[in-house]
Amino acid sequence: MNIRTVFIAGAALLFAATAVHAQTPVKIGVLNDRSSLYADLGGEGSVVAAKLAVEDFKAADKGLKVDVIAADHQNKSDIAVNTAREWFDQQGVDLIVDTPNSGVALAVSEIVKEKNKVFINSGAASSDLTGAKCTPNTIHWTYDTWQLANGTGSAIVKQGGDKWFFITADYAFGHALERDTAKVVKDAGGTVLGSVKAPLNTQDFSSFLLQAQSSGAKIVGLANAGGDTINSIKQASEFGIVQGGQNLAGLLIFLTDIHSLGLKTAQGLIFTASFYWDLNDDTRAFADRFQKQTGRKPTMVQAGVYSGVLHYLKAVEALKSAKDGAAVVTQMKATPTDDPLFGKGEVRADGRKIHDSYLFEVKKPEESKGPWDYYKLLATTPKEKAFRPLSEGGCPLVASAAK
Amino acid sequence: MFELIGVPPQALFGQLLLGLINGSFYALLSLGLAVIFGLLNIINFAHGAQYMLGAFAAYLLLNNPFYSIGYWPALILAPVIVGGLGMLLERNLISQLNVRSKTRPLIFIASFVATFLALAASHLSGGAVPDLASLAGYKLDPAAAYGIAAIGALLFTSLLSATNMLKAPDADQNTDHLYGLLLTFGLAIIIQGLFVNQYGSSGLPYTIPDELKGGQNLGFMFLPIYRGWVIVASLAVCIATWLIIEKTKLGAYLRAATENPTLLSAFGVNVPRLVTFTYGFGVALAGLAGVLAAPIYSVNPNMGADLIIVVFAVVVIGGMGSILGAIVTGFMLGIVEGLTKVFYPEAASVVIFVIMAIVLLIKPAGLFGRTA
Repeated sequence: MNIRTVFIAGAALLFAATAVHAQTPVKIGVLNDRSSLYADLGGEGSVVAAKLAVEDFKAADKGLKVDVIAADHQNKSDIAVNTAREWFDQQGVDLIVDTPNSGVALAVSEIVKEKNKVFINSGAASSDLTGAKCTPNTIHWTYDTWQLANGTGSAIVKQGGDKWFFITADYAFGHALERDTAKVVKDAGGTVLGSVKAPLNTQDFSSFLLQAQSSGAKIVGLANAGGDTINSIKQASEFGIVQGGQNLAGLLIFLTDIHSLGLKTAQGLIFTASFYWDLNDDTRAFADRFQKQTGRKPTMVQAGVYSGVLHYLKAVEALKSAKDGAAVVTQMKATPTDDPLFGKGEVRADGRKIHDSYLFEVKKPEESKGPWDYYKLLATTPKEKAFRPLSEGGCPLVASAAK
Repeated sequence: MFELIGVPPQALFGQLLLGLINGSFYALLSLGLAVIFGLLNIINFAHGAQYMLGAFAAYLLLNNPFYSIGYWPALILAPVIVGGLGMLLERNLISQLNVRSKTRPLIFIASFVATFLALAASHLSGGAVPDLASLAGYKLDPAAAYGIAAIGALLFTSLLSATNMLKAPDADQNTDHLYGLLLTFGLAIIIQGLFVNQYGSSGLPYTIPDELKGGQNLGFMFLPIYRGWVIVASLAVCIATWLIIEKTKLGAYLRAATENPTLLSAFGVNVPRLVTFTYGFGVALAGLAGVLAAPIYSVNPNMGADLIIVVFAVVVIGGMGSILGAIVTGFMLGIVEGLTKVFYPEAASVVIFVIMAIVLLIKPAGLFGRTA
């Protein structure tokens, strides 16, 4: 055997080896608020959740080479849109996940459609993402304003809370949440006495609380999130809203909000959520792993990122490519979802992910066994009833499918 | 006027009172800024971060593994700690800005970096120099270790500068405010970033002290006792500060130091020390506001960043450096903002800037400012 044959044989072997290990590249971009009022409920924790999903999927063994990158959108649509463009055009990102702040999410959803990539939203709430503004490339994963409004609103009206006043975050999300909740309240026979729009990231809610107090409403609905909810609940207790005979309805509450408020202030709040870490053995096991890396238990947003990425990777594995976003989403819609955190479910034609929804109450300090033991399960809404019926959203995709 | 009729007078008085409460925060914060600008000519953009540090100091005094210190002692201790950090900052960084010789900052930076690396290395190697934290049995994550190393380095370099090895130069008025602004702005961002990293963004709970819980029904509104206390405390501090600066001998020195530092030092007054002390005092006021705010807002790394721009607008409207202007406009704009929240809440976050624009057009030196 001369040196030339050895060389050719070697080259052939090398080529064969690379051919066997030819991997499908997948790049996931976690785009969320990493420094401001929504950083704790998503932030770095969402990146950890995405990486845990990649790890659990054993992506490398299945021929996927997955990279996870992240950026801070600072709650500004322009920054988010620029980042998304840069990611798609220069970094080869295939999937954007998380992206709280409905205003930002609606803007990102447009870019994702334009570039034919995939957007799995876990952090934003506006039900418009699967309604009038739905796209073939967007999946709304964890929760939405319709679900929150119906879960919490109808439960409270049933308990006799029929006169409402809203304190609403003055942007797309707050408006959607107030609109959806007000409809539920009116449909159940209640009345809405008024509302006040507070600018996003307000430090002082006392003026708004005073208006709520003098409105004569039985229920003060907080159509806001994160730091805004924390400050409004904290200051409501200072102004004796509850002692005065009114009740607070936190329409969107995250685990980190309760952690920040402390049970003493937050006890008794009733709210709707899609996930709690202490639901079953699977969620607890995940929460423990998550806590080891972040020092906190996961919020429903972070759990949604995990579950969304897992389902996405399954679809990419089946298609052997992540490049055609609409095709990946179609594949995701065709396959039922099943994961340790949200159980069995599906992705609907309008992009709405369907799973059970829960009504929780915040425990009293004496009921809690320690840090992060905060929620008491009151009721479970089965997945068929938890989200807006497909026909009512006005999503053009559904209309065209029906034709 | 039509809308005024729509609001019952009771609600109106309630909002006026709330405005006064918010105004007392604005007044306390803008007072500190005005003192610092008036006497040091530094636009202290770190003021918001120092306000946040005050709240965190109160939180950490209460929730530390060694000895829990409650609200009332924290009201004194936290401003002292934050003011002390401010003095270190002034001595080591801000005063370096108006140095004439180019070498001193280099020496300073070199010694800071060297000390920092030494301390960080000793932590990471876990060997050569015994790690105090691990001796005490506490697990420190690297971020905290670097933070401690940075504070250690700052302390060490200030010791050096105290022993004349890195003597702080005499303060003079040649400094462009831009350098101070950029330096303090950068520091504020770094401090906030470190705190978000360590404590998260949604804040930490701090409860109202038992003595001040509950509230009083005034007929037109429910006044939480704690908020009443905030008005009283900040009014008292504002008046005391104004008296010190306008009516005492110390205040006379301070004012003289702004007019003519060279002449004042010829009389044997240690002007750099006076400047350091003044900066520390201004920062302590921010720290005090932070402690007062802690039970109302959640103790949050971004609490200062959200407020600082508004407070700057207050200072500009009142007239940069005017003590009385800062106090009066602080209260006044709190009220204006409160009323905006009733009549047109969407505008509440911009109304102060609209007023600022108008005032600057009509009276560029501010309402109480003196034109140079």
